[in-house]
Amino acid sequence: MIEFRKEFFANERDDNLNEIGKPTRRQDILGHVTGRSPYFDDHLFEGLLHIRCVRSPHHHARIRRIDISAAEKMPGVVRVLLGKDVPRNLNTLLSLLDFGLDDEPVLSETKVAYKGEPVAAIVAESEAQARAAVLAVKVEYEALPHVLDVEDAVKPGAPVVCGIYPTNKFIYHGKFDHQKLRYGDVEEAFSRADHIVEGRYQMSPIEQAPMETCGAIAAPEINDRYVCFTSTQGLFFSLGTAAKLLTMPSSRLHFVGGTVGGGFGGKVDSMHEPLAILGAMLTGRPCKYAWDREEEMQVGAPRGAERWYIKDGVARDGRILARKFTGYFDSGAYTRLSSYAIIKGVGHLPGPYTIPNVYADVFCVYTNRTPATAMRGFGITGVDFAIEAHMDKVAEAVGLNPIELRILNSYRDGDMKAHRRTAKNCALVECCQVVAEKGGVALSPASRAATSLIDGGGERGRLPARTATDQNGAVSGYRGGSYGKKGGGASAMQPIRMPTPTDAARAPQRPAAPAYQPPAASPPSAPPPAPAMETPRHGALRFSSLSGFRRR
Amino acid sequence: MAMHRGRGFASINYPIGMNLGGDPSQALVHSNPDGKFTVALSSIDLGQGMKSVTRQIAAETLGIPVADVYVDTADSDTGPHCMGSFASRGTHRVGNAVIQAAQEARAVMLEAAAEELEVDASDLVTDGRGNIHVKGAPSRSITTMAACQAAQFKQGRTVSGRGIFLIPLSEVDPDTGEMTPVSCFAHAAMLVEVEVDDETGEVSVLDMQSAYELGRALNPKLVEQQLIGGAWMGMSHVLWETTEPYYPDRSHGPVDFNHYLMPGPGDLAPHHISVLERPAPDGPFGGKGPGEMCANPVLPAVANAVYDAVGVRIDDLPITPEKVLRGIRANGGARPKMRLPRAR
Repeated sequence: MIEFRKEFFANERDDNLNEIGKPTRRQDILGHVTGRSPYFDDHLFEGLLHIRCVRSPHHHARIRRIDISAAEKMPGVVRVLLGKDVPRNLNTLLSLLDFGLDDEPVLSETKVAYKGEPVAAIVAESEAQARAAVLAVKVEYEALPHVLDVEDAVKPGAPVVCGIYPTNKFIYHGKFDHQKLRYGDVEEAFSRADHIVEGRYQMSPIEQAPMETCGAIAAPEINDRYVCFTSTQGLFFSLGTAAKLLTMPSSRLHFVGGTVGGGFGGKVDSMHEPLAILGAMLTGRPCKYAWDREEEMQVGAPRGAERWYIKDGVARDGRILARKFTGYFDSGAYTRLSSYAIIKGVGHLPGPYTIPNVYADVFCVYTNRTPATAMRGFGITGVDFAIEAHMDKVAEAVGLNPIELRILNSYRDGDMKAHRRTAKNCALVECCQVVAEKGGVALSPASRAATSLIDGGGERGRLPARTATDQNGAVSGYRGGSYGKKGGGASAMQPIRMPTPTDAARAPQRPAAPAYQPPAASPPSAPPPAPAMETPRHGALRFSSLSGFRRR
Repeated sequence: MAMHRGRGFASINYPIGMNLGGDPSQALVHSNPDGKFTVALSSIDLGQGMKSVTRQIAAETLGIPVADVYVDTADSDTGPHCMGSFASRGTHRVGNAVIQAAQEARAVMLEAAAEELEVDASDLVTDGRGNIHVKGAPSRSITTMAACQAAQFKQGRTVSGRGIFLIPLSEVDPDTGEMTPVSCFAHAAMLVEVEVDDETGEVSVLDMQSAYELGRALNPKLVEQQLIGGAWMGMSHVLWETTEPYYPDRSHGPVDFNHYLMPGPGDLAPHHISVLERPAPDGPFGGKGPGEMCANPVLPAVANAVYDAVGVRIDDLPITPEKVLRGIRANGGARPKMRLPRAR
């Protein structure tokens, strides 16, 4: 079933190591096979309370009134949590990296933007009592028009999903309503291509489906701290998010995790830890907040849908001269990680091929559905499906064997990539050759002789003589590079915030009036020295320049 | 009505680590007086084997048996900062941090040994079995346990080390998309054979032939479990799964595993895997990360195989029997292509 083809790249490896390369048994295997490895849900404290959320039945609605009086009187109900109970009820996941604007409440207070959005949380003695009390919360909604299709959402006059982004598009670099990739001139290349091949591809939303659903158990710890057992994929990521939302110094939080029943990207959103800790803070008792399978599948963030349009200009011999992408990521009602997935996807274009002219416009679009997040293959799986299904069409258009087409266009060491960095450590050609051999597919002598190690570089390693750029999708009203100075929360995040060169540079220009600081937060320390940066050519280098901006 | 066979191909690469860098991970390594080492992390073991692969990396770097290392992870009071286990970053980023921490601890251990043996530390080597000896003179040796005991009780040294790995953050040019995304790439190619029933539209995956290049395979068994599981997931994505079957309409969303469709054991195809290892210059012992990329080639390869079998292009996932059947009917019947014939 599996073979290791050690003859490839053998001169680049020392295969005589003591421990590396050995099929050593897992450190945790004994605990796993005997069922004794502790997961978050094995910390069932005496007197544990259970949290269940009241969720929107509407795709999009204004909240007129939330009446919790009946629910509070239900058996076993200890507390009902509302948005006003969350110390800082607005966050965007990547704010810990200064990326994007806070856009999503823990518990919505004024409107809901997707079916399943939480508006209140019941804390009760048992899960059954919490479920019963959820039904007793009366929420008065005023339904609003909604939009579910990405291309409908970007049309003028579409319902506004998330008021922070009024055109339903994330704003990149404070400058454009999409992420651009411009390399060479695709239109010029199309005009001299022998074939034009076009396609439209739709990646479906997909659930990460871990065996263990997402959750956390929090409890008051001695000395005014809180312990939180969690299924998170990023321990300090979740800790930092909780510290921000609860305006609590991170030193008062003790997070324990590390043994997780599958993640696949679905356990980075840090939805459970803040609410479980808040429950523990307000009741003084241990609280568990975990999704059931239905929540995991329908309100837990999936891999978002993606729609891609691809247009190729191809020479008669099968060489791809130009490739143009238009992409729409369906972010759902809030940003979570979709904006970042797009940058990753754009850096990946045009796939593992050397194409001299590449163009992409990729949009992060808000729709009235469950927010999307990370999943195995983040930013890549959807566009790889599109690219490789498209390659099959190109192969047919030029009458080439699909494997030969890949080898012909494959990137090799020394080639220039569309994001303007040199390819190295390539191995696509060899993978194609091995599979052709195993599958009994006859290759031409040229394809058999090809290698990633040579034939690259030279002319293929040069930047295009000219690149066509444009100002399409330019926006105004956003300022680049200043997001990190938004008031609140920042000091709680200070220990894990990215140091950036512009922090120091901008300091003297800060207004005299101090920014709002949440109570009980420690004063921010001076930014540590900036990390060395490559290619500092474009001025501002802070991570927020990606997104990054504050609304004027 | 008939069954039609077809073959489809796809090849991909995959970026390792958070795309733009700026995602540090730390590791702390220390020895107890018996020469047994603890690696403290806050990285997450999702089942992929984070604890196991960092344990092997620490043992290799320290020059001691893997049994002498224990990885303790994800207690925020004791484990140093890590961005987390996602973006195929665990082995690459954390592995490098562990190497740095283990190198520092190893240097102290060798200094302690050198003092006991009255030699220069730069002349010492480890044998990976718990001994430190003078290069070329195996008889002048001391056990790692004795060296660590001497460090602790005689010399007053801490046999410990700190490590961090950080790829500096890259900017992105708004006008051209110029950026420095990631530092290394894994690769894969996949040939899938399917059988399509032109009466029901059902697609069966019969066989998968793959080649994965993932840098050095640090633990071949952990690599194997990732590749087999990941290919299954890719097959599931392309033919079965979605939370919104009528996307963008939100109706009929599945709420359990009876309605969220996935292939069962009977649907699995034999998967013949070849692993190629081109070490990443900046990877821990050349390792990249097989975790995410292994699913990706399966999706397009199956879609292309369906086209090869019956001449229907399904560009909207998942490829349900309904879509296949509608496509066959629109074409007036199955139109096999057979574009990847076996050489005679």
